Amino acid sequence: MRPRKQAAPFERRNMTLKLIVWRQKNPDEKGQFETYTARNITPDHSFLEMLDVVNEELIREGKNPIAFDHDCREGICGMCSMVVNGIAHGGHERTTVCQLHMRKFKNGDTIYIEPWRARAFPILFDLVTDRSALDKIIEAGGYISCHTGGVPDGNDILISKTAGDYAMDAAQCIGCGACVAACPNGAAMLFTGAKVSHFAALPQGQVEAPERVAAMVKAMQECGFGNCSNHYECEAVCPKGIHTKFISRMNREFLKALFKENTGTFTPSEK
Amino acid sequence: MIGRKALVAATGVVMLLFVLAHSFGALSVFTGPNGINAYAQALQNLGPLLLAFRAVMVFVLILHVTFAIMVTATNWKAKPDRYAVRRTRVATFAGETMLWSGLLLLAFIVCHILQFTLHATPDVVIRIDAQGRLDVFAMMRESLRLAPVSIAYLIAMSALFLHLFHGIQSVSQTIGLLNEKTKPMFQIAGITLSTLLLLGYGTIPLMILAGMGVFGK
Repeated sequence: MRPRKQAAPFERRNMTLKLIVWRQKNPDEKGQFETYTARNITPDHSFLEMLDVVNEELIREGKNPIAFDHDCREGICGMCSMVVNGIAHGGHERTTVCQLHMRKFKNGDTIYIEPWRARAFPILFDLVTDRSALDKIIEAGGYISCHTGGVPDGNDILISKTAGDYAMDAAQCIGCGACVAACPNGAAMLFTGAKVSHFAALPQGQVEAPERVAAMVKAMQECGFGNCSNHYECEAVCPKGIHTKFISRMNREFLKALFKENTGTFTPSEK
Repeated sequence: MIGRKALVAATGVVMLLFVLAHSFGALSVFTGPNGINAYAQALQNLGPLLLAFRAVMVFVLILHVTFAIMVTATNWKAKPDRYAVRRTRVATFAGETMLWSGLLLLAFIVCHILQFTLHATPDVVIRIDAQGRLDVFAMMRESLRLAPVSIAYLIAMSALFLHLFHGIQSVSQTIGLLNEKTKPMFQIAGITLSTLLLLGYGTIPLMILAGMGVFGK
């Protein structure tokens, strides 16, 4: 019998990388790039763990660690937010930067790390940006108004499988803001489009659909986001693969709303 | 913000229809002097209708340019700082240069009207043909025979190609017709129409420069 071929042992050589990181002390200061060396990085480190290693060293040297947003570190919370080598979340398909692993890099690589850049997302500190503009859009209409009470019966309102799937696809958005970061116009159309489409597809959301889309688009404008110029960069970097068809749906809902009464008066509590 | 963009899209569609119709007129130059001169005469015979149509087109153009510039200004304001490393994943050159191809086209439209509608440029040769009509055929041939004029036309047509390459599929998204199924359809429509227009309009200066076909006689 032929001896079985042994699989080559996985090479676990530690890497040394050159990091060029955006450092900014506060929102008003003009930031600049600083260069660091990341040593002893294994291919199994996640991108954030790699930054942790660098930060440990910075702390030991008595320097300020690099500030960055993070929370769940398993790709579902939408907190981590950095542009790696010019691409939001680092360019690995449907992956947040916390789930980007160092095996995607080679020993000796130079990595540029920048914060999300958009007028609506002011930089607070290093790589941390204020993304509360997205919350303002949700506040403007990202909900349905209903009387709370007893738990409704299952299948009380029938929803087709297609509509349900469509709404679920839209609801996958984790609000990380990568779409805004990747958009050359700093537009939040993918984020808002996903929310508008999510509700517009379901009977519970359809009641207030025209008012909702008008209010959310207005909030988007007031927060200083740009317009969509249909490059689809947002879809390409979205860690949840939100499709740009939802932007199209929002545009359609908006244009439909122009011909409806009460549009732009989303004040559910007064109804 | 969506409304403004939709207006840019709608006026763009009107101008696309005009460009398509205009291309049939321009291509009638290949049928020789009789064809295009008769076509030009027929247009002139419309009288006030032609004037009204022109006024509407100028209005549509002004709306398109004004709103496109307004939308772009908001976009520039929304993204004041650029990334040090800029990499795009799916954005096209045509998409990213819409403003510039558009401004180039605007300059071209102004020159084109000055040249062949108002006959205000020095290269224009005005002749009357045997049937007593304005000899549009000779006018086109004499102007486009000059290499700089022809090259300018070819550059403008390349700008038109780029503008429509992105513009046609972009319209479908802006007015809310796009989904997984229709996206490839609109993209193919955009590429096909813009290529056909480039080939159609582009052949005229090329054939005249080369002195081929009806232009060789």
